[in-house]
Amino acid sequence: MAKVEKAKTEAAPTPLPAKGKKINVHYLTRVEGHGNIVAEIDAGGKVSVCRWEVPEAPRFFEAMLIGRNYQDVHHITSRICGICSIGHQLSSLQATEDAFGVQISEQTLLLRKLAIHAENLQSHFLHVGYLALPDFMGAASVLPLAASHKEEVLAVVACHRTANRMSDMICGRTIHPQRMVPGGFAKLPTDDDLKNLKAMLEAIVPKAKAILDVVVDVAGNIPKFHRQTEYVALVSDAEYPLYWGEIGSSKTQRRPNQLYKDVTREYCLPQSTAKWTKGVDDSYMVGALSRFNLNHDKLSHLGKEAARKLGLKAPCHNPFMITAAQLVECFHSVEDSLRIIDILLARGIRNETPAPIKTFACKGVGAVEVPRGILFHAYEYDENGRIANADCVIPTNQNHANIQRDLDALLPTLATLSEADIELKLSMLVRAYDPCISCSTHHIDLTGDSNKLVKFIRK
Amino acid sequence: MKPKIAFFDFAGCEGDQLQVANLEEKLLDILSHVEVVSFREVMTGHSDDYDIAFVEGSITRPEDEARIKDIRSKAKYLVALGACATIGGVNCIKNFMSPDVYKERVYGTSGRWYSTYAARPLKKVVKVDAELHGCPIDRSEFARVVKELLLGRQPWIPDYPVCVECKKAGNICRYDLGRICLGTITRAGCGACCVTEGAHCWGCRGVAPKANLDAAREAMNKNGFDHKTVRDLLRFFLGDTYAPL
Repeated sequence: MAKVEKAKTEAAPTPLPAKGKKINVHYLTRVEGHGNIVAEIDAGGKVSVCRWEVPEAPRFFEAMLIGRNYQDVHHITSRICGICSIGHQLSSLQATEDAFGVQISEQTLLLRKLAIHAENLQSHFLHVGYLALPDFMGAASVLPLAASHKEEVLAVVACHRTANRMSDMICGRTIHPQRMVPGGFAKLPTDDDLKNLKAMLEAIVPKAKAILDVVVDVAGNIPKFHRQTEYVALVSDAEYPLYWGEIGSSKTQRRPNQLYKDVTREYCLPQSTAKWTKGVDDSYMVGALSRFNLNHDKLSHLGKEAARKLGLKAPCHNPFMITAAQLVECFHSVEDSLRIIDILLARGIRNETPAPIKTFACKGVGAVEVPRGILFHAYEYDENGRIANADCVIPTNQNHANIQRDLDALLPTLATLSEADIELKLSMLVRAYDPCISCSTHHIDLTGDSNKLVKFIRK
Repeated sequence: MKPKIAFFDFAGCEGDQLQVANLEEKLLDILSHVEVVSFREVMTGHSDDYDIAFVEGSITRPEDEARIKDIRSKAKYLVALGACATIGGVNCIKNFMSPDVYKERVYGTSGRWYSTYAARPLKKVVKVDAELHGCPIDRSEFARVVKELLLGRQPWIPDYPVCVECKKAGNICRYDLGRICLGTITRAGCGACCVTEGAHCWGCRGVAPKANLDAAREAMNKNGFDHKTVRDLLRFFLGDTYAPL
C-alpha cells in the first residue's frame, strides 16, 4: 500500500491501437458516488475519446417530495447526500421559509451560519486531507500516509473531528441532523456548548496551519493548467456569503435567487431530449474556487493569509487549485465561526421556539453555498402546506459540463505521458472538483447526441 | 492473516460510509486488525478478494442485481449498512408512485433513458448475514459489530423498540407533547437520538421484531392522528416494510 498504486480498471482489456493510449477509470476513487473517465489517444497523439461518465443510480428525489408535508421536506432532501446533508437541509428550509414568508430570528440566522461553516469545515478537511492530499504526496490513500506522515495525518484527523463535533453541537448530528426545523431550531446549543466549541476551534488553528504548511510544501506538485471559464457563486456586499446572498457570476450581472433558472439555464434540446446546465456560455464552475474568485476580498484575515501562502490569487483559472481554495475557506470558516460565537455568547442563547408558520399555496427558493458550490432548492406548496412541485439544482451537476470541458483541454497536453500518468492527472482533475455524485437528483442526459458533454451510461 | 474487508454502495447517499470515515482515530484502530481492500470513497485500488463485504444503498435497477449477486458470491459474510440497504429506506417513497409519473417529473421526456424499478433492500435480492440499521448508521455500533465479527460472533442487534432507550434518555414522550412518533415500533440501538435532538422517531431502523403494533395503533388513534399523517410517516422509511398501523 505504501507505494503509489495505479487506479485499477475493472473493464475487460481491449487491444490497444498501435502505440495508442487507452485510459479507462471505471469508478473513480476518493470521490462520493460513481463516476468513470474514458479516454483514448491514437497513435498520432490525437485525442479520439475523452469522456466523463456518471453511472450513478437515479433516485428521483424531486418526485418523492410530491405531496409531502412542509415539516418533513428538509428531512427527505437531507438524504440526497451524506456529506452535504446540512447544506441540503438549509437550502430546503430557506425555500420553505421563503415560500411561507417566515422571518427567522437573528439567533437562528447566526446558528445557521455556524451550521454551514461546520459543514464546509468537515467536508473541506475530508477532501483536502483524506481525498486530495494523497495525490500530491504520491500515495493511493491517506492510509499509508498515516505511517509516513503521522503528525500531519493526526492534524487532519483532529481538524476533521472538531468540524464533526461542531456539527453535532449546532445541528445535533453530523449526518442527517435533527435540530433544524422550518422557522428555527427544535433544540438549541447551550452557552457552555458554545464556549467549548470556541476553545475547540481555537485549538485547531495551529493544526490547520500545519496542514497548510504541508500543502504549501507539495504545492509544486499541483499541476499548472489554466482554462478560463465562468465562475458562479453567491455574492453579498456584507460578507463572504455562504448561507445567504444573491447569485453572482464572473461574466454577467447579479441575480436574485428566484431567477436561478436564468443562471443555471437547464433546458432540453429538441433533437436529444437532453437537460443541460450552462451559464453564459456552455459551462461554468461552482464551488470553493468560484467563491474565492468572486468574493476573495471579503475573506477573513487568516483566510487571506492562507491564500497568500498558497500563491492563490483571484482570478485563478486553474481547477486543480480548488483544493487550495478549500483550505483557504477552512481558515475563513474557523475565524468567522469564532466571531459568530462571540456575538452569540455576548447576547446569551435565548430559549426561542421556531417561528410559527401558516400554510397557503405559494412558491419559494433557497440558495446556499455548500462545500461543492451553490445549491438551489425551489418548491411550490399547495394550500395545505404539501409540496406540489420541487426542483433541486445540485452543485456537482452544475460542474459536470465544466469538468468535461477541462478534460477536453487537459488531455491533449498529456499525450506524451505514460498511460498511468495520464490516468492519474485526469483523475486528479476530476477529484479536485470534489464531485459528489450521489447528490445527482437529476442528470443531464445527452445520450444520442454527438455533441454530448456528459454521458450518463446505462449498464 | 488479517481478514479482508470491502465497501460497496448502491442507491444511497453514502452517509453510512462517511460515518465509517468519521470514526477518525477509532478507524485507525480497526484498520490495524483488518485489511481494507476496497473503499472507493476513501482509497484508490480495488481487489475482488475479500472476506467481509459492507454494502450500502438499495437495489433500484434490474442491472444492480447482477452486481450485488457478484459481490455476494465473493464475500464470505455480507453486512447491509444503513436504512437503504436494510429496509429500503427513503428510496421506497417512490414505490408508491407510477414509474411513468416520477420519471417524467424528474427527467421530463428523457425519463425513458433511465432504467429503474421499485427500490428494495438487499435482502430481497441476496442473502444478507448481518444488518447495521439506521439513517445514518451509528458509529459506535459499527465499531462494535466489526469487533464481534472479528471474534467470530453473530453481531447482537437490539430487538426491542426505541421507547426503551428513549425512557432511559429521559425524554418527554412525543405523544404527551401532541406529536406523532414511531419509537413505539422501531428497533432500538440508536439511543433515541432523534427524539433527544427535538425531533420524533422516523422509523429508520426498521420495525422491531418484538414491537407491540396493537398498542402503537391505539396510541395513534387515541391521540387523533389521521390516516394521512400516519401513512406519510410510515412511508418515510418503512415503505418496503409491512407495518399494519
